[in-house]
Amino acid sequence: MASQQSDGERVETEIPFRTTAETDVSHREQFLYSVDRLLIAPFRILWADWRARVGFLIILLYVLMGTVGVLVNPVPTAGMDERYLQPFHDGWLTFESVSVLGLHLPLDPVIYLPLGTDALGKGLWSQIVHATPSMLKMIIAGAVFSTVVATILGTLAGYKGGYTDRSIMTLADITMTIPGLPLVIIIAAALQPENPYIIGLILGINNWAGLCRAVRSQVLSVRERNFVEASRAMGLSTPRILVDDIIPDLMSYVSIHFVTAARGIIFESVGLYYLGILPFTTFNWGVMMNLAYTTSGALYTWQSAHWLFIPMITITVLSVGLILFSQGLDRIFNPRVRARHVKSVSSADDDEEQTSPMTTVPTN
Amino acid sequence: MQWLAKRIGQALFTLWAVITLSFVLIRFLPGGPIDYLVVQLRKQGIPESQISNYVRNYVSFQPDQPLWLQYLDYMASVLQGDFGEAYFLDGQVFDILAQALPWTVFLAAIGTFLTTVIGIVVGGFMAYTEGSKFDTGVTLFSTIAGGIPYYILAIGLLYVFAYRLQYFPTGGQVDPELVPGFKWPYIESVLYHAALPILSTTLVGWGGTALSMRGNSISVLGEDYIRIARLRGLPRRRIAIRYVARNAMLPMYTGILLAIAFMLGGSVILEEIFAYPGVGYYLFQGTVSRDYPVMMGGLIMISTAVIIGVLIADLTYSKIDPRAAGEGDRESY
Repeated sequence: MASQQSDGERVETEIPFRTTAETDVSHREQFLYSVDRLLIAPFRILWADWRARVGFLIILLYVLMGTVGVLVNPVPTAGMDERYLQPFHDGWLTFESVSVLGLHLPLDPVIYLPLGTDALGKGLWSQIVHATPSMLKMIIAGAVFSTVVATILGTLAGYKGGYTDRSIMTLADITMTIPGLPLVIIIAAALQPENPYIIGLILGINNWAGLCRAVRSQVLSVRERNFVEASRAMGLSTPRILVDDIIPDLMSYVSIHFVTAARGIIFESVGLYYLGILPFTTFNWGVMMNLAYTTSGALYTWQSAHWLFIPMITITVLSVGLILFSQGLDRIFNPRVRARHVKSVSSADDDEEQTSPMTTVPTN
Repeated sequence: MQWLAKRIGQALFTLWAVITLSFVLIRFLPGGPIDYLVVQLRKQGIPESQISNYVRNYVSFQPDQPLWLQYLDYMASVLQGDFGEAYFLDGQVFDILAQALPWTVFLAAIGTFLTTVIGIVVGGFMAYTEGSKFDTGVTLFSTIAGGIPYYILAIGLLYVFAYRLQYFPTGGQVDPELVPGFKWPYIESVLYHAALPILSTTLVGWGGTALSMRGNSISVLGEDYIRIARLRGLPRRRIAIRYVARNAMLPMYTGILLAIAFMLGGSVILEEIFAYPGVGYYLFQGTVSRDYPVMMGGLIMISTAVIIGVLIADLTYSKIDPRAAGEGDRESY
C-alpha cells in the first residue's frame, strides 16, 4: 500500500540529475510529509481501535515503569518493613500536609510499599518496577533479532525462488519443528547468561521461522505486481528492489510479529527465571514467583498469596496488552477487516467492500 | 506418492538435523558437557587414562578421537536408541525416557485435542452470531484468557486447588498403590492427576483457536457458494456443517501443527510445575543437575515426538485437502 503511494516522489529522488536542484526546504517538506505518512496517520488509525488503544496504553505504562519508575522508586532491600505486609495495607497512601495560603491541607500524596512486602520485608512494588528495565532490554534484543532475521530470509526466499527458496524454507521448517523451549533451556543452562540483551537473543533464537514463512508468501504475491516488474525492467539491483518495493508492503506482518515475538520472549524469560534456569542476579518477576513458591511454608498459607500473585498479574497484564495491541494492528493492516473498519468510520472504499449478508454491525 | 516420499524425507532430514544439533551442543558449548564431565571424573580420582572411556559411556563418543569419528559414533549410537548412561539418575537414559514418553504424549494429545475441538465449535458459533453479545463476550474473554501464560495459570491453579483447597493432588501421574491396568480406578486416578495440567493448557489455548475459526468462518460465510447453497434451499444445519465448517477448518491446520509442537515443548515447564514425571520433567531435572546425557536425550526424544506428530497431521491433512499435495515450482529470478 504505502509503496504504491510513494512511488511518485521516490522515482524523482532516484534520478541523479535532479537532486542538485533540490533545496533544503523541499527536503524538510519531504521529511514532514513522510513523518505524517509513516507515523502520524497510522497512529491516528490505530487510536480509533479500542484494542490498539488499550494495548498501547498498557505497553506505555510498562515502558514508563522501566524508565521513569526505576528513578522514582527505591531499590528494594531486605527489611524495608515487617515481613508479609499485605498489599494496600493501612497507610499505603497518606497525604502530607502542604501549606497553601497559610492553610495546612493534606495534598501531597505519599505512597509507601503499596503492594506489601515479601518474606524478607522487601517491597513488592519496588521489585516489580526494578525488574522492568532488563525485561524491556530482553524484549528489544530478542524481538528485533528474530524480526530482522525473519524479514531478510523470508524476503530472499520469496523473491529469489528456486534453490534459495527451498533451502531457506527447509531451514525454517526444521526450526519450527524443533521444540524451542527445551532447546532454549539447554542453551541457557549451559551458558548461564546474565546480560539481558544476550538472554533476549537466546530466547529469540527459534521464533523467526513463523514470520519467515508469512513474509515469503506475502512476497510471492507482491513480486508479480506491476511496479515490481517495472523496477526489474529498469534494471535495478535485487537488494534495491527488495528494500524499496517489497519490504514496505510487509510492514504489517513485521509489526504484528514484533509484538508477538515480544510476548513470546516475556513468556520464556519469566518461565526460565521461575524454573531457576537463568541465574538469579537481577530482579525479575519469575524470580519473585520462584521465591514465593519455594520459600518454606509459603504455599500453605494465604498470608503470602500476594507475593505469588502480584508478579503473575504483572505478567498477565503486559501479555494481554501486547495481544490487544497486535490485534489492533491486525485489524488495521488486514485488508478484509480494514475495509469494514473504514466503512464503519464512514469513508468510501468501493472496490474492497465486502458484501457478507451477516455483517451489519462492526465487530469491535 | 512423490509428495508422500517428500514429506517423509523431510521428517527424516529434520530428525538428522536435531541429532546433529544435539552433537554440536554437547561438543562445542563453552563450559559444556565434555569439560564438565572430565572435571567431575578427575575430582572422583579416576586415572587420566580411563577418563576417555568413562566419557564414552555417558555421551556415546570418545573426546580424544578425530571429530568426524566422534560424530559418526554419536550418530550411530543415537539411531540405535543408545543415549548413553544417566549421570545422576540410575540406568540408561533411553530406558528412563521411554517409560516417561507415553505420559507426555498423553498430556499433549489430550491438550491439543480439547483445544482444537472446543476452539472450532465455539469459533463457529461466534461466527454465526457475529456482533451479538455472545460473540463480543467470548471474544473479549478468549483474548484475555489467551494472554495468560499457561504456566502462570498452572501455578495459580496448583496453589489454589491443590495446596490451599486440596481438591487435586499436588504432583505425580497416578496413585502409586494402584495396579496398572485397563480398570476404572486406575484410569480415574490417571485422569484425576492429569486434570490440572490439561486444564491449564486448554483454558489458555482454546481462545486463539476460536478466534481464528471465527475469522475463517466469517470469510467463508461471505463466499458465493454459500449464497448459492442458501438459494438452493439447503437446510441451515447442512450448510453450517458441510459447507462452512469444513472450509473454515482447513486453514486451522497450521495452528494444530504449532499446537502439537507447543504442547510437547511446553511439557518441560508444565511437568516440572506439576511434578509429573514425563520427558519434560526429566529434561528439566537433567538440566538442573547438569546431567547432559539426560538433557540431550530429552531434547531428541521430544523433537522426535513433535516430528512424528507433525508428520501424522501432515499426512491426514492431505487426505482432507487435496490441494496440499500439489505445490508447483515457481520461476526463479
